[in-house]
Amino acid sequence: MLLIACPYCGERPEIEFAYGGQAHIARPARPAELDDAAWTEFLYMRDNTKGVHAERWRHSHGCGRFFNALRDTTTDRILATYETGKPRPDLGATRELAP
Amino acid sequence: MSRQRFSALALLRRGLSGHRGWLPQWRKASPQPAYDAVIVGGGGHGLGAAYYLAKEHGLSRVAVLEKGWIGGGNTGRNTTIIRSNYLFAESAALYDHAVKMWEDLSQVLNYNVMFSPRGVMMLAHTVHDVQVSKRHIHANRCNGVDNEWLEPEEARAFCPPLNISDNIRYPVLGAALQRRGGTARHDAVAWGYARAADALGVDIIENCEVTGMLKDASGAIEALETSRGLIRARKVGVSAAGSTSVVMRLAGVRLPLESYPLQALVSEPVKPIFPCVVMSNTIHAYISQSDKGELVIGAGTDAYTSYTQRGALHINTHTLDAICELFPQFRRLRMLRNWGGVVDVTPDRSPLIAKTPVPGLYVNCGWGTGGFKATPGSAHLFAWTMARDEPHPINAPFTIERFRDGYLIDEAAAAAVAH
Repeated sequence: MLLIACPYCGERPEIEFAYGGQAHIARPARPAELDDAAWTEFLYMRDNTKGVHAERWRHSHGCGRFFNALRDTTTDRILATYETGKPRPDLGATRELAP
Repeated sequence: MSRQRFSALALLRRGLSGHRGWLPQWRKASPQPAYDAVIVGGGGHGLGAAYYLAKEHGLSRVAVLEKGWIGGGNTGRNTTIIRSNYLFAESAALYDHAVKMWEDLSQVLNYNVMFSPRGVMMLAHTVHDVQVSKRHIHANRCNGVDNEWLEPEEARAFCPPLNISDNIRYPVLGAALQRRGGTARHDAVAWGYARAADALGVDIIENCEVTGMLKDASGAIEALETSRGLIRARKVGVSAAGSTSVVMRLAGVRLPLESYPLQALVSEPVKPIFPCVVMSNTIHAYISQSDKGELVIGAGTDAYTSYTQRGALHINTHTLDAICELFPQFRRLRMLRNWGGVVDVTPDRSPLIAKTPVPGLYVNCGWGTGGFKATPGSAHLFAWTMARDEPHPINAPFTIERFRDGYLIDEAAAAAVAH
């Protein structure tokens, strides 16, 4: 079980959280102007990264808030968590943030 | 190498001579510079596709490239359940094609895959379950797939260990039974296809990782860069399960896939006690008994994407909660081991057996948590698609473009769980 550091509540066990999939996928600003290929990309295509993956989690049995995490999908180690809306931390900074 | 045929007489003869004289079942091949077709991924689906390319489509120079060892991925990690009781016509046709091929696969391959159509019983625990199960039964019958409704007493008669008392948290209100469903010996499927493909001249190359894909001036696939050198091929089929996204990215192809860990576990072996396969989608547990006597137990994926081939213990605990409620006599059994595989899941939980935007490059993936049951059918259709450069009518709906065009085959919604 993962130990996940909610930016608002601190470290809590994984069972308090719901997974929210790949992070930083913005809803299109002008949906009416998208063609089918762009909609497909938005709705269905995911990076499925093998390595450091930016993803959403929700502390559903805690504060209820969404936040983002950087996790290495080859080890499941969580390298950083950060508030929704903040940019993805770069890897150099991430190493310093990691416990 | 001369291929030894298996028969009762051969077994007796070897048995009397101390089981000496059995030959290796396939060659340890080294990569040749060029092939007519290359399959990336040496699981059951990939080995089977190579076999059918050689057997039914006359391709004489075929190779299977496997990064690890054959059958070491999801083929060797699943709970071996075989069934075809899917809701939609496209899925029923696809999975029933496979079930029909399972029925004589041991004879076709001259290798005992131990297919055992002992019946797959899917439990209903709520009024909604009952309605959905009956809808599935009617849809299956319209599509020529056997499926029948059992009242709780009938379900217990078919599976005596089942607890049908009404004082449990999710009482059994009935069950849908597919009698033609069952199990098979998962490793034997990989070995049987490997042996049969090898006998037709297919090179099975283990410890060979694909590291790059080269295209010609027209954009068509031309060669693979591998950890064992450059291999030329004008037809490449990727059948790499959880690693498919990673391999296809080498050719610049993005797919609607996410890779999740899926766990399973087995108990200590006991005498025959469990006559069939029981599944519960609602409280989320699958169980059958292997011929070795272990109870084989599985459930849903972990919550997050991962390539680690392991998962968290609370997923198994949740599964065992359900098993212990349905089968209270198993509460004192000890679990022997658990493990994980990486499964590639599509948004609609239906697979892709398809051409890709790159000419000569084909993909067979997205089998999610239920690919084993489809192994022979999937392999057969993928070989057809590669050999003819067009899909067989059965796999024609299972394209990548269905997500763009809105023709989803939404078994995810039909089952309401991973399956």
